[in-house]
Amino acid sequence: MKYPRLVLTVLAITALVFNTGCSNNGNQQQPASAEQSRYLTIKGSDTMVHLVSQWAEEFMKKVPTADLSVTGGGSGTGIAALLNNTTDICAASRSIKKKEISLAAQKNIHPTEFKVAMDGIALVVNPANPINQLTLEQVKKIFTGTVSNWQQVGGPDQPILVLSRESSSGTFVFFQEHVLAKADFTHNARSLPGTSAMIQNIATDIWTIGYAGLGYAQQAAEKVKTLAIAPTAKQPAIIPSEATINSGEYAIARPLYLYTGNEPTGLTKEFLDYALSAPGQAIVRQAGYVPLQ
Amino acid sequence: MNKDRAIQIGFTGIASSSILVVGLIFLFLFKEAVPFVKQPGLTALLDSRWIPVSFQLERFGILPLAAGTLLVTGIAMLVSVPLSALAAVYIAEVAHPLEREILKPFIELLASIPSVVLGFFGLVVLAPLIKQLFGLNSGLNAFTGGLLLALMAIPTIVSVSEDAINSVPTSFRNGSMALGASRMQTIWRVVVPAALPGILGAVMLGTGRVIGETMAVLMVTGNAALITSNPLSPVRTMTASIAAEMGEVPFGSIHYQALFWVGIILLLITFGLNFVARRVSVRYGMMR
Repeated sequence: MKYPRLVLTVLAITALVFNTGCSNNGNQQQPASAEQSRYLTIKGSDTMVHLVSQWAEEFMKKVPTADLSVTGGGSGTGIAALLNNTTDICAASRSIKKKEISLAAQKNIHPTEFKVAMDGIALVVNPANPINQLTLEQVKKIFTGTVSNWQQVGGPDQPILVLSRESSSGTFVFFQEHVLAKADFTHNARSLPGTSAMIQNIATDIWTIGYAGLGYAQQAAEKVKTLAIAPTAKQPAIIPSEATINSGEYAIARPLYLYTGNEPTGLTKEFLDYALSAPGQAIVRQAGYVPLQ
Repeated sequence: MNKDRAIQIGFTGIASSSILVVGLIFLFLFKEAVPFVKQPGLTALLDSRWIPVSFQLERFGILPLAAGTLLVTGIAMLVSVPLSALAAVYIAEVAHPLEREILKPFIELLASIPSVVLGFFGLVVLAPLIKQLFGLNSGLNAFTGGLLLALMAIPTIVSVSEDAINSVPTSFRNGSMALGASRMQTIWRVVVPAALPGILGAVMLGTGRVIGETMAVLMVTGNAALITSNPLSPVRTMTASIAAEMGEVPFGSIHYQALFWVGIILLLITFGLNFVARRVSVRYGMMR
């Protein structure tokens, strides 16, 4: 007698769970029509997810009727979604390719680009390290493993301990693409799970070198030293700062973009205006990136 | 009668549910990993490099990861086995009852420290210490990881070995004493050999815990995928690779499948260990 009752109970519970699941979905849709809440989806760069979701949160506080959803997946995924009309805004840490523009034109979509922030990467070493500047070429050699002693770049006779980030990090990919010219990192590089672990290690171990978003490097200015980087051996070394990154003098930086399918209107425009406004740009600084101007 | 039968079926179901779960886990792992066999083929796993993200050539050799796991586990067992076996003998045979009351719970308390906390301790306290001790440039290496893992294995090995020693019948001790053996002779020649299968089982359990540990090694081993036998060089373990990379890996990509293969191999290793532990115990008559 107990057995069937057990089965019934299980069935009942399952039914209940599924029911609430369904009705939840229903509930979400109802207010949409009732209160005129407006949806906006933003998809794209994993590097920018953190920044964009902070914008979205603040924006939703300001405009309570707005309902924003932010997802990552990578710049390429975001642009593809824009072309397929499955997202309103695409966040991208690279500019759109010609091929993608022509693909868009076929679908009668004309992507509009908005530069919303700059991402600068600082090279950091221990404050006790006498080296103050490197050329871009030297940085590349250090991180690919061709140069493995500080002596080879004008320092003392000590091995260089290369610190890198895990391959899942957006900073890792940016660094690999722009500084290493797509070459592989040396396999001796220690991978650290986060920026704070990176800073912590550089602060304790003298002969290390690592990289971090400029915002993080500046916050940790007491613990680590930021190197000046010369684009070529003949040019002067530039210390990364908001000014030198915006002027384009500092070499290891990239703009971050938001793209819309066509000229933005309505909520899309409101969001873009917010991102470019003073409070929006303050969030850029908080997230560790460089605000425009 | 019917009711008895129903209850029996119910309990059998509950008891065998864990088998079902293990079976399903295996099935799931293989389901996600199988496309790898076609493209790029299983031989890709035998590569000597693990470079999952590259603009040049992505390489998914599990060998450096397996070597890292082996090295860290080896160090951990070298440190923890003698320490914990001696500790277990002391607690079970030599210690005052009062001492035992204090020692045992405290050693077992070590097991309840979350591994992230231990990892943080390793990063902030142990790594700088090791760095100073050996005059290194960085404390993030296999040895630091091994020491931390030893700390995690010790409570398991001590606790299970101590139980094994306690389960040696008192008549063994009495017989040995009656033949004129001293207390130490009794411990080393009679009690410990009799408890050896149990102690071996404890060591296997400890090894299992060490191989599967993730967070602590991720934080202190330096995570450079090198094939090395130098304990002072950074290594990357299998578990750390899964933990560090699974979160952001593109779903369904070759990298994703490679990580599932790492998981499968890890599972096979722990299965093998358990199997060996059982065989050892059965052979020495520990299990019925």
